[in-house]
Amino acid sequence: MAEETLATFTIRRLAVLDEHGVADEPLLPALSEEELLRLHELMVLARTFDQRALALQREGRLGTYPPITGQEAAQVGSAFALDPTDRVFPSFREMGVHLTLGYPVDRLYQYWAGDERGQRAPEGLEIFPVCVSVGSHIPHAVGAAIAARYRKEEAVAVAYFGDGATSKGDFHEALNLAGVFRLPALFICQNNQWAISVPVKEQTAAVSLAQKALAYGIEGVQVDGNDVLAVYRATREALERARSGGGPTFIECLTYRMEDHTTADDAARYRPPEAVEAWKRKDPISRLERFLTGRELLDDGKIADVHTQAVATIDAAVKAMEAIPPPSPAEMFDYTCANLGRRQVAQRQEA
Amino acid sequence: MAQLNMVQAINLALAQEMERDDRVVLLGEDVGRDGGVFRVTEGLQERFGAERVMDTPLAESGIVGAAIGMAAFGLRPVAEIQFLGFAYAAFDQLATHASRLRGRSRGRFTCPLVVRTPYGGGIRAPELHEESSEAFFCHLPGLKVVVPSGPYSAKGLLLAALRDPDPVLFLEPTRLYRMIREEVPEEDYTVPLGTARVAREGSGVTVIAWGSMLERTLKAAKPYDAEIIDLLTLNPLDLETILSSVRKTGRLVIVHEAPLTCGLGAEIAATVAAEAILSLRGPVLRVAAPDVVMPLPKLEDAYLPTAEQIQAALDEVLKY
Repeated sequence: MAEETLATFTIRRLAVLDEHGVADEPLLPALSEEELLRLHELMVLARTFDQRALALQREGRLGTYPPITGQEAAQVGSAFALDPTDRVFPSFREMGVHLTLGYPVDRLYQYWAGDERGQRAPEGLEIFPVCVSVGSHIPHAVGAAIAARYRKEEAVAVAYFGDGATSKGDFHEALNLAGVFRLPALFICQNNQWAISVPVKEQTAAVSLAQKALAYGIEGVQVDGNDVLAVYRATREALERARSGGGPTFIECLTYRMEDHTTADDAARYRPPEAVEAWKRKDPISRLERFLTGRELLDDGKIADVHTQAVATIDAAVKAMEAIPPPSPAEMFDYTCANLGRRQVAQRQEA
Repeated sequence: MAQLNMVQAINLALAQEMERDDRVVLLGEDVGRDGGVFRVTEGLQERFGAERVMDTPLAESGIVGAAIGMAAFGLRPVAEIQFLGFAYAAFDQLATHASRLRGRSRGRFTCPLVVRTPYGGGIRAPELHEESSEAFFCHLPGLKVVVPSGPYSAKGLLLAALRDPDPVLFLEPTRLYRMIREEVPEEDYTVPLGTARVAREGSGVTVIAWGSMLERTLKAAKPYDAEIIDLLTLNPLDLETILSSVRKTGRLVIVHEAPLTCGLGAEIAATVAAEAILSLRGPVLRVAAPDVVMPLPKLEDAYLPTAEQIQAALDEVLKY
């Protein structure tokens, strides 16, 4: 018997805007002028939130914090495509997703200030608590998708994670299950190319992360993660596929972590500053600004207004967060379980 | 009333609850067309369909992880792990998520999930098929741990677990699956979680056991005036039943098939020392497995606590 070709695969890479903000017109997603401007506002808000968080941490007003700067397009562009009923399972570096979905800004700061009451998503937002353990939340999206299908609900379950998580067993188990059951699920990887100090080329021998989808029999695509329109378009397509019974999709957003892993990290120990400089030229916000300026939707004055508005929103949120009274020790017990045991009741009284 | 074994009693509880509550969905390896490796879920896929009795790929962490997402979004999943020794792969999901989802989300999401798994030794099975590592799981606030000791308690505890608002690890003593037949009512009843049962009243010594060690303890203690407590729920402990019995008898022996060190017996002994030491007439003794890995079948009888060891402990405390 001769060898035969069992199957051949290709991996697509999607980009809409080039580095100068020039669009590949046929690929432009159907977004109104208002929506395009809203994407810009949200990205500026996300960066303003992030840079303020770093400043607050240095002043001791916030705890350890994992910055998102550089990843605004991947986060805002994907979250902007979601419906409010979709179920979101974030990792810990997804504040742009939270902000896009309308998570209260002060509550987001409250969590990062070390108060877990900030983790309670408001009613109407189906956002799971931040997952600090890398990748272990990906199977939860599988279960939420099973529940949606079983209950005949339209919702798609969306897990967010980074490149490091693709090395975890739970990533494999989740994508495999989602493929076998052909679930309405979406797996969005922000490949920011660093898992603390380990570069993505040491995370996998594969030339892309997107191609991992092929092994699970599901759709996989790489998008320019610094191109908000490409991220939006790919997410929209994946959601439509999921809602129409076409099964799950794995989207790899190729982006870059511009800051340290967290405020407890010093990236200068392991990566050259030239790499960061090169990625500055691919900045997702200025790219969108060039595109919108070219279409005469934005100008320098309007951009300044957007920044002023973002700063005002963040100022108000920080003030509101710092006005929240600290939790009482008894609150540790309140959500351990529905009905506390005798010993926990006694411990609560002594707390 | 029918005489059922534990496999049949658990199957009956699952079927009745699935009939009553369409949120109850089973998932796991081989639970569907094969009816589970011990046939506990036999006939359920045929009766309720593959959407409610889901055969899954071989992935313990993925099964429990998916069940967490199902529980958070309106279902009442029952995940089967084939043996407790394979639940180690899912320990991360239980410790990192199931037991703390209510807390991390401050009540926004809850996890009414039951993980069922055969546990314990004495069945002449390969490695990791006979573990009794219940204490690992009892150390997770937010996770209830339940062990029936016979068909009646199995049905009642499982129905209570399926209706509990929080995650429950339901450990099924494999050695007892087909050993004991009991009257099991057809009608709906629950055995409340967190409540121990006095299996036999007595006044000379309290003996605490659970799972398959209860059966062995009842036999070994026949000649003694012993009060035997069937713990049933390992977390949270029914401290009232334990303490009031010890205050009455003044003596305590704890029997478990897990290794001695850091076994659940240590927690019980420490609690009794703190809250009932003045009632004690002698030392609290533990009859447990040695601090070694559960051996393969040739040595499992040497590992598991024997009737003779239980009697020796009773003789020892009764000297005081």
